[in-house]
Amino acid sequence: MSTTTAAHHDDHAHGHPTGLMRWVKSTNHKDIGTMYLWFSFTMFMFAGALAMGIRAELFQPGLQFVQPEVFNQLTTLHGLIMIFGAIMPAFVGFANWQIPLMIGAPDMAFPRLNNQSFWLLIPAAILLVASFFVPGGAAAGGWTMYPPLSVQGGMSVDMTIFAIHILGISSIVGSINIITTILNMRAPGMTLMKMPMFVWTWLITAYLLIAAMPVLAGAVTMLITDRHFGTHFFNAAGGGDPVLFQHVFWFFGHPEVYIMILPAFGILSTIIPTFARKPLFGYASMVYATAAIAVLSFVVWAHHMFTTGMPVAGQLFFMYSTMLISVPTGVKVFNWLATMWRGSMTFETPMLFSIAVVFLFTIGGFSGLVCAILPVDIQLQDTYYVVAHFHYVLFSGAAMSIMGGVYYWLPKWTGHMYDETLGKWHFWTTTIAFNVTFFPMHFTGLAGMPRRIPDYSQQFAEFNMISSLGAFALGISQLLFLYVVIKCIKGGKKATNQVWEGAHGLEWTVASPAPFHTFETPPQVK
Amino acid sequence: MSQNTKNYYLPEPSFWPLISSITLFLMAGGFTMMINKIAMGKPIMIAGFISFAYLLYGWFGEVIGESVNKLYNKQVDMSFRWGMGWFIFSEVMFFFGFFGALFYARNISIEWIADAKLLWPDYVATWPTAGPAAKEALEVIPAWGLPAINTLILLLSGGTLTWAHWGMMKNNRKQIIIGLLMTIALGVLFLFLQAHEYAEAAFTIKSGIYGATFYMLTGFHGLHVTMGTLMLVIILLRILKGHFDSHDHFGFEAVAWYWHFVDVVWLFLFIFVYWL
Repeated sequence: MSTTTAAHHDDHAHGHPTGLMRWVKSTNHKDIGTMYLWFSFTMFMFAGALAMGIRAELFQPGLQFVQPEVFNQLTTLHGLIMIFGAIMPAFVGFANWQIPLMIGAPDMAFPRLNNQSFWLLIPAAILLVASFFVPGGAAAGGWTMYPPLSVQGGMSVDMTIFAIHILGISSIVGSINIITTILNMRAPGMTLMKMPMFVWTWLITAYLLIAAMPVLAGAVTMLITDRHFGTHFFNAAGGGDPVLFQHVFWFFGHPEVYIMILPAFGILSTIIPTFARKPLFGYASMVYATAAIAVLSFVVWAHHMFTTGMPVAGQLFFMYSTMLISVPTGVKVFNWLATMWRGSMTFETPMLFSIAVVFLFTIGGFSGLVCAILPVDIQLQDTYYVVAHFHYVLFSGAAMSIMGGVYYWLPKWTGHMYDETLGKWHFWTTTIAFNVTFFPMHFTGLAGMPRRIPDYSQQFAEFNMISSLGAFALGISQLLFLYVVIKCIKGGKKATNQVWEGAHGLEWTVASPAPFHTFETPPQVK
Repeated sequence: MSQNTKNYYLPEPSFWPLISSITLFLMAGGFTMMINKIAMGKPIMIAGFISFAYLLYGWFGEVIGESVNKLYNKQVDMSFRWGMGWFIFSEVMFFFGFFGALFYARNISIEWIADAKLLWPDYVATWPTAGPAAKEALEVIPAWGLPAINTLILLLSGGTLTWAHWGMMKNNRKQIIIGLLMTIALGVLFLFLQAHEYAEAAFTIKSGIYGATFYMLTGFHGLHVTMGTLMLVIILLRILKGHFDSHDHFGFEAVAWYWHFVDVVWLFLFIFVYWL
């Protein structure tokens, strides 16, 4: 190690920029990963605040705080910012920090492009947030932006469309970087089937991104030409069809939800073996299951469109293909359970989050399976049942995996152990508040409450009040998370290289905090 | 600045990512303002395009400089190959979305509009169509006229580019330069003929779903041909400057891949937009 550091000082005639320029001009995967994670957390809190606004309005029947147009802006931007500003950048932040460390590479394949992918997020975020302040307010037709409503919206829809274009470039370029890094820069001896599962899930996620994001770009481009250039893509008078948008959008949209969950699966496959002190059960089947999920994700999109008037043959095809995806997903859940079986378990905060995710994500998967069943979905489409489903998979699936991952890797990133007591408090308040918020929504939806409405009939009042109380508690709990993270960065018990007794992998061979440059000479992997 | 090509080259900290961020913000913000009839929009967008040109010149210039200074080893070369390949794949997926729109409109939605007979009971689903509310019949561009000539032009340009590549591999400078010049000339000719076709066409982008899909697909294709032609010019300039040798010319190969991709997209366009 010491010879490499000496060589490092000779090789780099430049010093490391300090201050703001260190972050602006960075070509270092660790710094860029940090920027992604802070950006993601900021966006998470902003979109969370929008959700607090939503739940405040829905606390009681009647309109108390916001007008319906503003309510619709809250729901639309909550969705857009959570998906594109919080969840996706968080996973990219993990990818940046961990992939080079896990494969023994000195950095990403394209370090400048890596920084570009991050800095592109800033104009996109500015466009989205600023859209609240233009005439007409922010986009208000739902994050899915269906025409004809989105064709009629004001300037904010155009800002949203360009934000999506910029986000798309960021993601596509980032994915090219990730795929190239994983395929080209693994340490000698690390074959594909020796890679950590987190690397596998990101490899497959990157393929999904490259295939799906350009299609979204096409969809929103057609939207902008329909809005301003007189095209008739979505206008039946010209021979077009609003449902065309839904097809193109969801062809992107369905792979997108797997883009948001596969890295979470990778995090689970990292944390659970560590704290069970057992290797991941069925590594090969995990790889194949992930690949199967990715391939299948391209042939299920119209399950978001069961009520658009599709022929029954089409509906049946999409119903069966959607139900099929639960098989490889189930394989993964069983493998995590089997990893824990007869393991030597301890329950530090990352493990608590991971076990909760396995359990709660499975509930989300089940409600997804319920929605997949065509005749049931005819009733549940656009009700709160769907809202319950996707929050179970996205919050207690993706977001809680992110939280678990942060606790897991904070000692490696900062060199300090986080406060375990506070971490556990954060975990329990989050998990309980989450379930109080979203479990009732299954019943609300079954009882018939539609989505995206600011006021509702009397019979939904009790469930909504419970959900709102849970939501306020959930929001406040995340402030505790912020406190734990900042406290850990500032200090704490010194972390060893290994950090966790059961942790395996190249990243645990370097110091904590990980040095600015690592693996400048690739290690030999046995 | 060590010549240690055993290690993967890691670039110095760079301003270009931030510049790209500002550039895209100006282009997006300016264009948004322009289409929403805000006066400041046009100058902001133009500022964005100028800074985009500066960005490309500067960033690619930096990469070319690093390459010419032999900072890249075989592994970095491999990274560039993967990178260009997957970038082209993402472009394929972009066109895939528009082709999907075309197939859906042609085969599904206009039939349903005709079958439904709700708003336009007299509408008969044909292709091409400007839709049931169109005032007059649509006059298309016959495939076996200018489009077929353009097909031959692009196929020929693929041949001249390959011939230039063989020259590169044999170190035959004359062959490279003439081959590239011919390819560029054919590309320019293609664009000129397409522009002529656009000017002469009896329908516009507003002519219903046919006009929309036609101009979207051929328009984006033309944009990609333009970018490809510019890239070929840059490669020619680099060759004139003495870059590349018979073993090490990935920049040339990358642009050649891009040109062939543009050619293949045209073949799909010719078959599914013009011909069938």
